[in-house]
Amino acid sequence: MKKKNLLQRTIIIAIVTLLGLYVVIGPRRRPTRHDFTWSGIKATLAENIHLGLDLKGGTHLVMRVKTDEVLKNLTLADAATINKAIKDAGLPAKEATPETSNGSYRIVLEATDAARLAEIDQAAKKSLGNDQSYWTSSTSGNAVVFTLPPSAQSTLAEQATDQAQRIIESRLDAVGVAEPLVQRHGSQASHQILVQMPGIHDPERVKQLLKAESKLELVHVVSPPSPQSAQTYNTEEEAKATLGGTVPTNRRVLPYAERNEPTAAGQTATSDAQKQKKWVVVESPAVVDGNELRSAQAVQAQGGGDSYQIAFALKPTGAQKFGTWTGANINEYMGVVLNDEVKSIAFIKSQINDQGEISGRFTKQSADDLALTLRSGALPAPIEYQEERTVGPSLGADSIRSGVRASLFGLIFVVVFMLFYYRGAGVNAVVALLLNMILMLAGLIIFQATLTLPGIAGIILTIGMAVDSNVLIFERIREELRTGKTIPSAVEQGFARAFVTIIDTHVTTIISSMFLFVFGTGPLRGFAVTLVLGLLINLFSAVYVSRTIFMWELSRKRKLESLSI
Amino acid sequence: MIQVFKDVKIDWLANRRIFIAISILLMLFGLGSAVFRQVKHPNGSEAFNMGVDFKGGTVVTVRFKQRPSAEVIRDALVKAGLKDAIIQPVTDKPDMVLIKIPLEGGGESQAQVEAGRAKVRESLSTFGPETGIDKDLNSDANAAFKIEGTDAVGAVAGAQLRNKAIATTLAALVGILMYIAFRFEWTYGAAAVIAVFHDVLVTLGFFSIFQWEVSLTVIAALLTLVGFSVNDTIVVFDRIRENRRLHRRESLYKITNDSINQTLSRTIITSGLVFLSVLSMVLFGGEVLRGFSLALLIGVTFGTYSSIAIASPIMVWWEQRLESANRSSAVTANRDQLRPIGASKRAAAATEASKQSRGAGRA
Repeated sequence: MKKKNLLQRTIIIAIVTLLGLYVVIGPRRRPTRHDFTWSGIKATLAENIHLGLDLKGGTHLVMRVKTDEVLKNLTLADAATINKAIKDAGLPAKEATPETSNGSYRIVLEATDAARLAEIDQAAKKSLGNDQSYWTSSTSGNAVVFTLPPSAQSTLAEQATDQAQRIIESRLDAVGVAEPLVQRHGSQASHQILVQMPGIHDPERVKQLLKAESKLELVHVVSPPSPQSAQTYNTEEEAKATLGGTVPTNRRVLPYAERNEPTAAGQTATSDAQKQKKWVVVESPAVVDGNELRSAQAVQAQGGGDSYQIAFALKPTGAQKFGTWTGANINEYMGVVLNDEVKSIAFIKSQINDQGEISGRFTKQSADDLALTLRSGALPAPIEYQEERTVGPSLGADSIRSGVRASLFGLIFVVVFMLFYYRGAGVNAVVALLLNMILMLAGLIIFQATLTLPGIAGIILTIGMAVDSNVLIFERIREELRTGKTIPSAVEQGFARAFVTIIDTHVTTIISSMFLFVFGTGPLRGFAVTLVLGLLINLFSAVYVSRTIFMWELSRKRKLESLSI
Repeated sequence: MIQVFKDVKIDWLANRRIFIAISILLMLFGLGSAVFRQVKHPNGSEAFNMGVDFKGGTVVTVRFKQRPSAEVIRDALVKAGLKDAIIQPVTDKPDMVLIKIPLEGGGESQAQVEAGRAKVRESLSTFGPETGIDKDLNSDANAAFKIEGTDAVGAVAGAQLRNKAIATTLAALVGILMYIAFRFEWTYGAAAVIAVFHDVLVTLGFFSIFQWEVSLTVIAALLTLVGFSVNDTIVVFDRIRENRRLHRRESLYKITNDSINQTLSRTIITSGLVFLSVLSMVLFGGEVLRGFSLALLIGVTFGTYSSIAIASPIMVWWEQRLESANRSSAVTANRDQLRPIGASKRAAAATEASKQSRGAGRA
């Protein structure tokens, strides 16, 4: 019976050990002769273990999507829509006023004829179209008030964050970042996105690219029609003055960098100061915006040389809108607006359907980046960077070296002490410890967990905790032996009694590590993962395996006079 | 058989006043340092040397071929407009230097991070060109330096990380309290948590006194220390629980002393080994792990001390108070009946086991 039990245990341990070894140093392909050499094993190990950015090198970015901008823009746009509808229907109401402050978003529509309030309410609601579902409306006095309730606010903010995440993914993909990780970060309501890019050590370009809002709009410039030249102003104040001092919601005043023909190569990046900056008044909202964009490409400017421009095409829906509008506004001026700056103004000669271009003084790279950000769609809201960490490859390698060195020294201390102090039983502890290390690495690989520098610290701590289980057991066996028990019963009692304590100590440590894992961020999580994994495995290696070795020793001799412990 | 402690009979509890006085003194030192520093620097939280993780700011790690002196680097930085930069040499890497730039501006701009990489690069270029992105510093003959890494954290993210760290530590303590209350009794749980709290405070005190930098990894170390210290306390409490069942006549005072003595060699061996492996981290773990390993080194020392010197006396004092309160209210409560069902079952099993072991030859 006992013999059979021992055999069963030995087989289980052997299988687990072999599986663990295979997972850790076995190649995931047909093995070659090289895989059995030291350098081959090292290479496979490095391939199998998923290293964190702090060890491998790379960039870690945390950004926040400014979702309040989305809500603000929605409120402004919907107020403009309502205004237009009310005006078109000729209803007696004052201009709808959007209110966006302190997290409350409202549109107040005041009727000049209170009797027709219901009619105005109906018309305003109808004009909102799909957006109607976000707003709740109520009437107070002679005004209709549209409010964005918290639930709608969070839905919209959530959508914007998801959309931003998708756009960031596609931008990273397009620029060729290898194996980027893009995921939500922090609590749901914080609207943060985490981006990790292994191998990117100088993230400036990528950062600019991710942050680039690249909002393209085609707008109607307020100006007398051609052949008179487009109406521009020398200062912003001058432009505003024509609107009566304040800018109404259906107008915008934008800077216009008048296009200079490209000069000699190398001087493409003319500084702003040299450009003649002017201002124009345009209608709001735009005729079509970046969402209607089908494609955008950097092409060499007609003059050739180092100057580039961006050719774009519109989607069918946008093209239809654009076609209708250009058809109806021949000889009017149209502006191409990029990021709230008018890039070019042209008068409409004939109906245009879906092609256009953005000219400016772009270099090849800036035109490429701009085209890319246009293609991947506009970010629904601006983003801001809250955390940026970069690790160079040699810094990561240094960390691995010092981590491995510290682990090895820790391991050697422990092994030497255990063998010295517990003699024969020390061997049990050492075998259990080594098995624990192998299985922990295997566990990291199986769960595809990331090994970080704090993770290595977790491994070192596990060495300490793992050996504690064996110390507890051995000390207990010694105690039982001192009370005069036979060796087999002392071993049995020692394991049984120490086991209760081991469970308690492991559970408490696992509890605190769980909190680290659930609430902690990046590096803390890496630490919690290895520690929990190490402790769970320890229950197997320090208790089950160590026990089996004792059983094996006890079964070898019929009568055991002494136990080396 | 080598034995560190054989049949020790130390009356630990007799010295409880001294132990508790020492601990209070240590905590007061730390607290005093924190309060003093806070008052001395009224504008910021200077009680601790908060790292960029919590305070926000930028750290740029630069490797030089020929490291200029800190003054020369500072001059170069000031010329580029980085006035308040701290230049910190890396102890185990003579060619490396950390340049720490505090957050600038206020309000909105503090939320964002602008890694000072560009500015640092600009100012360091007076020493020579930087290595190309994918080149090694040593293999590039012309290069003088290389930016090895940056950590930039905005004020918002910093506050977020800080709050999270505090919440995590407190939540872990509550979780542990609940588990011990479930497995033992709530007085045991409370005593263990008080002891752990003491360890955390003392460790933080050291960080305030010596102005070691508190970073995210230090928080990880504090949580580890929470686990380790409770671990140690539980080993003692476990033995107390066991001994109370075996020797029902004995006073709690004596049982506690005996239990501490019985587990003493395990305590010393384990703590010693953990101490040594943490020491190897301090010595060989490099700059990044330094805060972590220092916190653990102190934590392990006081965690071991507190399970003997703080947790056990508090538990005994509390239990005795409860007992006398029970007696005075003339309720002959058998505290064993208040245990959870699982515990009393185990108690029965333990008595059974002790009967057997007595039969097996105990005098």
